[in-house]
Amino acid sequence: MELILLLFVFVLAAFLGFELIAKVPSQLHTPLMSGSNAISGITVVGAILAVNTSSSGLSAWLGFAAIVLATINVVGGYMVTDRMLAMFKKKVK
Amino acid sequence: MMDASTIVNLSYIVAAILFIFGIKMLGKADTAKRGNLLSAVGMLLAVIVTLLSKGLSYPLVIGGLAMGGAVGFVTAKRVQMTGMPELVALFNGFGGLASLLVGLAEYYRAKMSNNLLESVLIEELSSFTATVIVLAILIGGITFTGSIYAWGKLSGKLGGRALTFTGQKAFNALLALGIIAAGILFSSSPATELAHAVLITILILSLLLGIFAVMPIGGGDMPVVISLLNSCSGLAACAAGFVINNNVLVVAGCLVGASGLILTVIMCKAMNRTLINVLVSGFGATTQANGAKSTGELKPISPEDAYYILEAAKSVIIIPGYGMAVAQAQHAVKELGTLLEENDCEVRFAIHPVAGRMPGHMNVLLAEADVPYEQLAEMDDVNPMIEMVDVAIVIGANDVVNPAAGNDETSPIYGMPIIEAHKAKTTFCLKRGKGAGFSGLQNQLFTAPKTRMIYGDAKATVTSMVAQFKES
Repeated sequence: MELILLLFVFVLAAFLGFELIAKVPSQLHTPLMSGSNAISGITVVGAILAVNTSSSGLSAWLGFAAIVLATINVVGGYMVTDRMLAMFKKKVK
Repeated sequence: MMDASTIVNLSYIVAAILFIFGIKMLGKADTAKRGNLLSAVGMLLAVIVTLLSKGLSYPLVIGGLAMGGAVGFVTAKRVQMTGMPELVALFNGFGGLASLLVGLAEYYRAKMSNNLLESVLIEELSSFTATVIVLAILIGGITFTGSIYAWGKLSGKLGGRALTFTGQKAFNALLALGIIAAGILFSSSPATELAHAVLITILILSLLLGIFAVMPIGGGDMPVVISLLNSCSGLAACAAGFVINNNVLVVAGCLVGASGLILTVIMCKAMNRTLINVLVSGFGATTQANGAKSTGELKPISPEDAYYILEAAKSVIIIPGYGMAVAQAQHAVKELGTLLEENDCEVRFAIHPVAGRMPGHMNVLLAEADVPYEQLAEMDDVNPMIEMVDVAIVIGANDVVNPAAGNDETSPIYGMPIIEAHKAKTTFCLKRGKGAGFSGLQNQLFTAPKTRMIYGDAKATVTSMVAQFKES
């Protein structure tokens, strides 16, 4: 992909991120932080791509470690967030 | 027919849209749970289509996914609600380390292919790629050790106090300068053998910087640090995305980075401080010296005597803090609230925006204990009528009720908005012992004329009050 295009996407995403969080009640700060923390585990995609048959032993193992760590981040992050929000749900009902 | 890479990229766009809606819905109470689910679906989609890419070593990939998934699943299921802040910090650190490793793996991949064909490396490792590799390693490294250190502080494995030493700022600045210099050196000629040593140096310095950057920050400021590190882990993923030219990493990482930064700023505003101030002030390390020593006596009473006062009270405000979380007292507190209501007393929970160790920490705990939503009140709604309140019960909160924030210009927390518990007709402070709070500050509230201290484990104290109510 073109470099400039990526930078373009980067800048737009930054503005979008700022806009999305503008007004959030403080009680939701924790789930929001934990939920976005799970999204940052998107690096798992990069980790998977790093474990390529063309990659040598060392970089494949580095990629493997990255997959494990990122998956912990993703799975754990989403589940913890879900647990927190489940408690809010009970109350709203 | 579309080829595989078009399908992959289209799916990445869909995943990005799901993330965006997910974050948006997470910001509203009634859609939050669906929002989280939506963003999880986006993640699943992104992972599945990535598995379709050509040339993956499936045993390693599937093994890694299964292993990480199992560990994440078990930890998330097992954790106590009170252990949530440190767990988020820990997960965050893993994410940062993963991005670091992706950057490193890409470097080695390019380096190894160089052994076969010189021109490949020069082509593959352009200065730009080299720069983003440095960024992924730098940000990922800081996120990793910073989060692990924060995890240690939050879980009590390392002291909560801020640690400072002479020349610390200069030392950190030197570390940062070293990284920048090494980064420029590496980016300008990434293909040499020297460059490898330089990159390893950057890696080590970044890991050190993460530790030394979090070290001088006091326990009371941890919510801000966690939020900032969360933002960093997003940026690290974003940098990793530039390294491997992957748009979904760039978009998702940047979204997290930007939204995390805004959240951090919102939290700093709640404490009436700037982000820079939080990061470099060494808050809490020297407070005994520059905060005014409180004069006056601590006046302890027993839970039994406290009960008699509570029984006569017509309005009670409960101000929870980290101590309630530590003592796991939220269920007992809820029960006390219910009994007080039955006794014709108006009960409200006043929640300071930065009470606890994460923003919204207290809301999560009280929600777990089923405290009715209508009883939760924000600081700004409570303060105007607090003088009419018969009893304010402070449960394990300290800085957020410290009057020094309003009247002592030498106090490090001067200017921070607080819940004005000292203005209530009577104030009970539940506290484990006579020491200073997590941040190390003296609290004039404890020695104020209308304050009564109830020492002991918060859960035991509240439970014994509940028992008294039931007996009568």
